[in-house]
Amino acid sequence: MKRTIFSNQLLPWLLLAPQLAITFIFFIWPAAQAVWQSFLREDAFGIRSTFVGMENYLRLMDSPEYLNSMQVTLVFAVLVTVLSMGFSLLLAVAADRTLRSARAYTTLLVWPYAVAPAVAGILWWFIFNPTIGILPFLLEQIGYDWNHISNPNEAMALVVIASAWKQISYNFLFFVAGLQAIPASLREAAAIDGAGPVKRFFTITFPLLSPTTFFLLVVNIVYAMFETFAVIDSTTEGGPAQATNIMVYKVYFDGFVGQNMGSSGAQSVILMLIVIALTVIQFRWVEKKVAY
Amino acid sequence: MTRIYSASAIALIASLGAANAQTEIQWWHAMGGELGTKLEEIVQGFNDSQDEYTVVPSYKGTYPETMTAAIAAFRAQEQPAIVQVFEVGTGTMMAAEGAIMPVYQLMEEHGENFDPAAFLPAVVGYYTDTDGNMLSMPFNSSTPILYYNKNIFEEAGLDPEQPPETWAQMEEFSKQIMESGAAECGFTTGWVSWIQTENFSAWHNQPIGTMENGFGGTDAELTLNGEAQVKHWGNLKRWADEGIFKYGGPVGGDNAPPMFYSQECAMIMNSSASRAGVLANATDFEVGFGMLPYYDDIESAPQNSIIGGATLWVLSGRPDEEYPGVAAFFSYLSSPEVQADWASFSGYLPITEAAGEEMSGFFEENPGADTGLRQITLNEPTENSKGLRFGNYVQIRGIIDEEFEALMSGSKTAQEALDSLVERGNQQIADFAAQNQ
Repeated sequence: MKRTIFSNQLLPWLLLAPQLAITFIFFIWPAAQAVWQSFLREDAFGIRSTFVGMENYLRLMDSPEYLNSMQVTLVFAVLVTVLSMGFSLLLAVAADRTLRSARAYTTLLVWPYAVAPAVAGILWWFIFNPTIGILPFLLEQIGYDWNHISNPNEAMALVVIASAWKQISYNFLFFVAGLQAIPASLREAAAIDGAGPVKRFFTITFPLLSPTTFFLLVVNIVYAMFETFAVIDSTTEGGPAQATNIMVYKVYFDGFVGQNMGSSGAQSVILMLIVIALTVIQFRWVEKKVAY
Repeated sequence: MTRIYSASAIALIASLGAANAQTEIQWWHAMGGELGTKLEEIVQGFNDSQDEYTVVPSYKGTYPETMTAAIAAFRAQEQPAIVQVFEVGTGTMMAAEGAIMPVYQLMEEHGENFDPAAFLPAVVGYYTDTDGNMLSMPFNSSTPILYYNKNIFEEAGLDPEQPPETWAQMEEFSKQIMESGAAECGFTTGWVSWIQTENFSAWHNQPIGTMENGFGGTDAELTLNGEAQVKHWGNLKRWADEGIFKYGGPVGGDNAPPMFYSQECAMIMNSSASRAGVLANATDFEVGFGMLPYYDDIESAPQNSIIGGATLWVLSGRPDEEYPGVAAFFSYLSSPEVQADWASFSGYLPITEAAGEEMSGFFEENPGADTGLRQITLNEPTENSKGLRFGNYVQIRGIIDEEFEALMSGSKTAQEALDSLVERGNQQIADFAAQNQ
C-alpha cells in the first residue's frame, strides 16, 4: 500500500473539511438534537419546554402501541427480507442458467429499482384498492373478499409485497454477479461426479454465494426497517389499527403529525441504538463465519 | 452568458421594487384543486380592490400538513401571517399564546368592524374562548349531510324524494335496496371520527367529553363511550357484517366516495363541501340530499350537527405593517358577497347570517344545497352540540380511526373499542395539559 505523507499539517484537515462539515451538519448535529429533544416535554410551538429526564423513554416502554410497533417492525423486516432475497435468488439462478437471454431478463428485472418508493406505493395502492383495484376484483371472481382497509393481515401482506418487490431488482443484480463469479469448473466437476442440479446448488453454489448473501442480508434488513417509509405512507399509513405501523413511520407520525417531539425524539434515539447494535452484531460475529 | 445574467439581475431588481411598493401578506392554505383556484380568485379580488397590500396564497398540502408546516415555520421564525387550520387543530392553536394573535384583538386594534354576533351560532361557538371572544376567522365551515342515489331508490321501489330520516329507516331502506338488487350495499361514510362519532354525539345531544366538551378547561375528559355511541358503533359493525355498510378507510375515508359514484352503495354521509364533487361525479344518476339519520328512541334527537372545515389563524411575530392588511383582508373575506360566492361554489356553509340571506336565490335554484345550513341551525346549540375542544385532538382523531378499525376487524367489541378510545384519548389530553403548563 502506498502512503502519502503530507508535509503540511493543515492540508489534510482542509481536504477532509467538506466531508466533515457535511457529516456534522447532516448527521451529528440532528442526532444530537434528537437526543436532547428526547429528554424534553414541549408544546407544539416550542414555547414551553420542560426537562423531564427519562420520562419519554419510560412512557414508550409502557406503551402497548410502541411495543406493537416493535413487533410489527420485526415481522415486517423478516418477511420483506426473506421474500425479496428468496425470490431474487430464484430469478438470478434462472437468469444465470439461460445465459443467452440473460441480458434481456436482467434489464427487465432491474426496472422496478428505478421506480421511486412513493410511486411504487401508489402503484400498489391502485392495484390493491378494495373499491377500484384490479386485484380485489380478480380475487372476488374466485370468491375471496380482499379488504386491507379493515383486515390487518391483508394490510401487512400488501406492504410486504410492495416493499419486497422494490428490492428484488437490487438483490437480483448482486446475486447474478455473485453467481457469475463462481468458477464453472467446480460445478462441472460435481456434475461429472454425479451430483444433481439441486445438490450442486446447495453444496457448491449457495455456500460460495455466502459473501453476497450476507451483504444483501444486512442491506435488506436496513432497507425494510428504514427505507420503506414512503411505501407505508402511500398505501396503509400504518393502519388498520396500527397493524403496519413500523417504527420509522411511528417516529414520523408522532413527531410531525402528532407534534409530540419528545416521544418522537426518544423513538429515534432507540432506532439509532438498534441500528448500531445490529451493525455491531452482524459485523463482529456473523461476518467471521462467512467464507470469502 | 453575461447578457442573460444581467437581464435576469434587472428582472430580479424590478420584481423586488414591485414587491416593496406593497406589503406582502403570506397566507398558507390547504385548498387544493378547484377550491384552490377559487380561493386565488377571491384573493385576487382583494388585491385588485386596493394597492397597499398583496395577499399571497400558498397551497401547503392537506390540513395536517399545512398546520405542521406553519408550526415548523414558526419554530424557525419563518411563519406566514395567516394560516388555515382545520377545526380539530383549534385546541393546539388556542393554547399557543404568544404564537397567535386572537382575531377579535386584531380587528379591534385596526379599527375594523367585527361583530361575532353576525356569524352563525354553531360557527361562533366553535372558535370563541370562554369569554365569548373570537380567536380565529371562520372561512370554510362545513357539516356532514346524507347524499343518496335517487335512481337506485326508484329501482328498489322506494320513494326517490324521501331520504331515510332515522337509523331504523337506514337499515330498512338498505335491506330493500340490496334485496331488490338495485345496489350491492346500502351506505358508506366519509370521516368516521367526524361524522359517525363527533357529529353523531352532537346530533343526539350526547356529550363528547366533560366540561362542555372541553370548552370549559384543559383538564376535561372524553365521554365517547356512552350508551348511545356504543349502540351506534355496535350497529355499524353489525351492518358491516351484513354488507349493509361498507367502511371507506380512516381519516376522510378515501374509498367511500368511489363506492357511491360507482353506484355500489346507494347512500353516503359526507361533508356538505363535497357537494360539488358529488354532482360532478354522479354522471349516471340523480343525487338526493338529506339530513343525517338519528335514533328516534333517543330523546332530543335530532339536535343540531356540528361544523368541520377550517378557520384562519393569525400568527404573531411578523412586521407590524402587515397586520392592518390582515385585518382589512378579513373584513373583505367575511363580507356577504365574498362568502356567498365562496359558499355557493364550494358547498361550504355561508358563515354569516347576511351571507345566508344573500344565497337565498341560489338555494331556490339548487334544491338540497341548503341541507347543511338547515341542519346546523335546526336547534339552538346546547353544551353537547356546540362543538368540541380538546388538546391534541389531531392525535385523538387518529385514535378514533384505529379503534374503529379494531371494531371492524372484529378484534374488539363496540364497548371495548370505545372504552379504549376514551382511555387513550384522555392520555393525550393529559399530555397536552402537561405540555402547556
